[in-house]
Amino acid sequence: MSRIQTIETRDLNKSVA
Amino acid sequence: MVHQYKLNGYNIVLDTCSGSVHAVDEVAYDIIALFPDHSREEIVSAMLDKYGHLPDVTREEVEACLDDVQALKDAGKLYTPDTFEPMAFDFKARNTVVKALCLHVAHTCNLNCQYCFASQGKYHGERALMPFEVGRQAIDFLIAHSGTRTNLEVDFFGGEPLMNWEVVKQIVAYARSQEPVHHKNFRFTLTTNGVLVDDEVIEFANREMSNVVMSLDGRKEVHDRLRKDYAGRGSYDLIVPKFQKFAKARGDKSYYIRGTFTHNNTDFTNDIFHMADLGFTELSMEPVVCAPGDPYALTEEDMPVLFAQYELLAKEMLRREKEGRGFTFYHYMLDLTHGPCIYKRISGCGSGTEYMAVTPWGELFPCHQFVNEPEYSLGNVWDGVTNEKVRDEFKLCNAYARPDCKDCWAKLYCSGGCPANAFHATGSIRGVHEQGCRLFKKRIECAVMMKVAQAQGG
Repeated sequence: MSRIQTIETRDLNKSVA
Repeated sequence: MVHQYKLNGYNIVLDTCSGSVHAVDEVAYDIIALFPDHSREEIVSAMLDKYGHLPDVTREEVEACLDDVQALKDAGKLYTPDTFEPMAFDFKARNTVVKALCLHVAHTCNLNCQYCFASQGKYHGERALMPFEVGRQAIDFLIAHSGTRTNLEVDFFGGEPLMNWEVVKQIVAYARSQEPVHHKNFRFTLTTNGVLVDDEVIEFANREMSNVVMSLDGRKEVHDRLRKDYAGRGSYDLIVPKFQKFAKARGDKSYYIRGTFTHNNTDFTNDIFHMADLGFTELSMEPVVCAPGDPYALTEEDMPVLFAQYELLAKEMLRREKEGRGFTFYHYMLDLTHGPCIYKRISGCGSGTEYMAVTPWGELFPCHQFVNEPEYSLGNVWDGVTNEKVRDEFKLCNAYARPDCKDCWAKLYCSGGCPANAFHATGSIRGVHEQGCRLFKKRIECAVMMKVAQAQGG
């Protein structure tokens, strides 16, 4: 099992577009 | 830029420039802290020294975790470099439109709240009511300067706006008449102390106001201590039944019960819980804005108490949510997947550019907290913005405007903070309201923790 859980978020770098 | 903290049993990692949030175990938490400045072998050795006694912490496990961290970095979700700063300085060239006006329909009030930032509604000036002609011109100004934007916001504010209620209704009717002509949609907000709320106000507001903000400080003894009428009588018993009726009648329309906490009630979560126990579910509670020497001003000694209160609030909200009696606290509302884009996060609240306050005589200011500060007069609703120097100062007052904030993990959450609070605390809109900044960071940590807890079903 991974020791890191990434919570879904809006990617600020992608929002530049 | 990465921010790591532990709260309520969760180990949380925020990646500032991607917006990513990670919940990690103790080993990953330590690896992420060491990763930028230590070699792979140094990290493996340190982890085995610290955690090697645990059955699931082997060299292979630590190596696998290091691979995961590297993969997140490669995917732009950890240690993301800050490439946004050049965008911040393009903002002066951006063609902004006016989205919202705060109409000061009454510079007078029927309460005499001791802590009022607006000096009992008069904003350090004379008592005044906005004539309909000024309100109509303000609506015309907003339409003319809103570009192609459809949704326009107008907040009826004061003082106490219900003291000029007939004009409020006239302004609403005029704005509605202009909607089909200009293809606009007005969303109105009413902010009230509740004294003059009656069935007619409730009916009209529920038909026309997208949001209603009702001022209540919480427990009766707390509310009545500072929110008195001119005869010195507390207003709690008068307004609470009216607000309960108002909130119930709102149906699915927005409202907020909005309180202020001071040095007198640093246990402010008890006031929030009191609001919830009165049946209100949409709540907001703000630190008092006042001069440092005021008797109710928050002090340095209050800060650790307030931090603990914010944590207590987050934990209690999670508990009540599980029990099916949850409530909303404005500053803990985070939509991690559909929150503001990077442009919004850099540019901030919009004061002075997209949002302005209009005095009863039609003068424009960057927001309600700058009203009657002569050097911040922007113009008026007839001639528009004539003080372009101040407007441009606000255009450039953003998350990258303050040297003190350059290396702060929270700058894309707070957008550099409130210019008005900075101005009143430091004399410059580019200053830092240090106390407000620290409280903000604690609130964000709590709000993100709640999101992590909800994601993990906790």
